[in-house]
Amino acid sequence: MKYLRNIGRYFLMLGFVFRRPKKFRLFYRQFIREFDEVGINSIPLVALMSTFIGAVIALQTASNIDNPLLPSYTVGYITQSSIILEFSPTIMCLILAGKIGSNISSEIGTMRITEQIDAMEVMGVNSLNYLILPKVAAAFIYFPILVIFSMFLGLSGGFLAVVISGLLSPQNFVLGLRSWFDTYNIVYALTKTVAFGFFIVSISSFYGYYVKGGALEVGKSSTRAVVVSSVVILIFNFIITKLMLLK
Amino acid sequence: MIEAKGINKSFGNQQVLFDVSAQFHPGKVNLIIGQSGQGKTVLAKCMVGLHHPEKGEILFNGKDFLSMDKSSQSNLRSEIGMLFQGSALFDSMTVEENIKFPLSMFTKMSKKEMQHRVDFCLERVNLSGKNALYPSECSGGMQKRVGIARAISLNPKYLFCDEPNSGLDPKTAIVIDNLIRDITYEYHITTLVITHDMNSVMEIGDNILFIHQGKKWWEGDRKSILTSDNPEINAFVFASEFMKEIRSTLKGQKR
Ligand SMILES: Nc1ncnc2c1ncn2[C@@H]1O[C@H](COP(=O)(O)OP(=O)(O)OP(=O)(O)O)[C@@H](O)[C@H]1O
Ligand SMILES: [Mg+2]
Repeated sequence: MKYLRNIGRYFLMLGFVFRRPKKFRLFYRQFIREFDEVGINSIPLVALMSTFIGAVIALQTASNIDNPLLPSYTVGYITQSSIILEFSPTIMCLILAGKIGSNISSEIGTMRITEQIDAMEVMGVNSLNYLILPKVAAAFIYFPILVIFSMFLGLSGGFLAVVISGLLSPQNFVLGLRSWFDTYNIVYALTKTVAFGFFIVSISSFYGYYVKGGALEVGKSSTRAVVVSSVVILIFNFIITKLMLLK
Repeated sequence: MIEAKGINKSFGNQQVLFDVSAQFHPGKVNLIIGQSGQGKTVLAKCMVGLHHPEKGEILFNGKDFLSMDKSSQSNLRSEIGMLFQGSALFDSMTVEENIKFPLSMFTKMSKKEMQHRVDFCLERVNLSGKNALYPSECSGGMQKRVGIARAISLNPKYLFCDEPNSGLDPKTAIVIDNLIRDITYEYHITTLVITHDMNSVMEIGDNILFIHQGKKWWEGDRKSILTSDNPEINAFVFASEFMKEIRSTLKGQKR
């Protein structure tokens, strides 16, 4: 029952978020701020995670494929598809849900309990639109950028790991990366990314915006925001995959 | 003019306001006084639509605020300035940006005009030159004053101040009281001030509403508050033993 009500409130909220901004200049300022503080600031985390996980995926694949019937470039192929199909768009987004989701929901939650949102409302500002639309819009841009960046670094990490450890020749690994390469996979991955980015930002905003109480509740609701966005990501990962890959 | 009619407000099963009705006239400083936790803030928040009363009407110049559509509400709200009890400054913005926020949201002022307006508002609350500070770098009293500067930046028609001078020293408190009174008279706005401070009551109270246990207990002007026979009013106004003595001498003289 409570879940149904929350879902209803979430969609009502989106109705207020997606309005034309009253002043484009203010929207743009917030947009840039979000892009910078949330998007750009996530680059180190994405870089670190992707490089190392990419390396480990490649090493594990190489160590598992010792069947002489399989050509060695299979390692490149498997690394490529795990990173592009699943690691970068899904696992990376789950990690970002933790970082970005808690950030957004505690920021908005603090504004709620210190009456800053009330202050905006009293002025006649549509606070949902002013606060959340720039976050959503920025996420539509920085999430795909971060994920493409993550794919690139993941593959580079894999490349370095197998080549340095001498498991595979560089040519073979690259041959693997390029075999059966389908641009549709990139479309699929970026579709997931955009959807997940939207869920993370909008769900965390929701939990921040409707928080009641004090600092303790802000903390609790940002935890809830992360948990709920992660669950929603997992469910939609399944749905989108079913729809896009198994037509 | 703002008119509240039969406001009832509860939180869960705790009723906070009982049938409060009042009129607040323009060009006058209207005070809401009362002990802590009696529903003053809740009443003010009902009047600006931050709380939704279960029953009652809020009329701004005869138009019912609660039944308006969103866009007329929003238009009306841009004529309301409000200082919150906890200041509610935007903590990611500097003092200057806080005051500029309503200006850039609702006016087409040029950069220069805005700067001018910001400096003017800061000067009125004795904070000239503090433009670049962040709220976290301001003292509590300074935050209050920035809150007032932000509330008056758009030249509001209706001004709500929730405890504008709590936490201020007596001298600054008088500056703020005078500021509120001056702009009320100068621009003929409808001002509503919540306060516990007897100094302010005597200084600026044109029309005083005493809220007790969520009800409108008493209404009058600052002269009649001293001579009222209402026991709760007396307990509030003459809270200290010393003041009680003064009251009895006053009474003695009258007889
Ligand atoms: N959001 C809320 N949820 C539940 N109860 C509330 C809420 N806001 C206020 N109350 C209750 O309403 C009553 C009146 O509170 P209010 O803030 O109006 O007091 P006040 O007269 O402004 O007091 P003070 O002078 O201390 O600011 C209190 O008992 C308080 O517990
Ligand atoms: Mg109060």
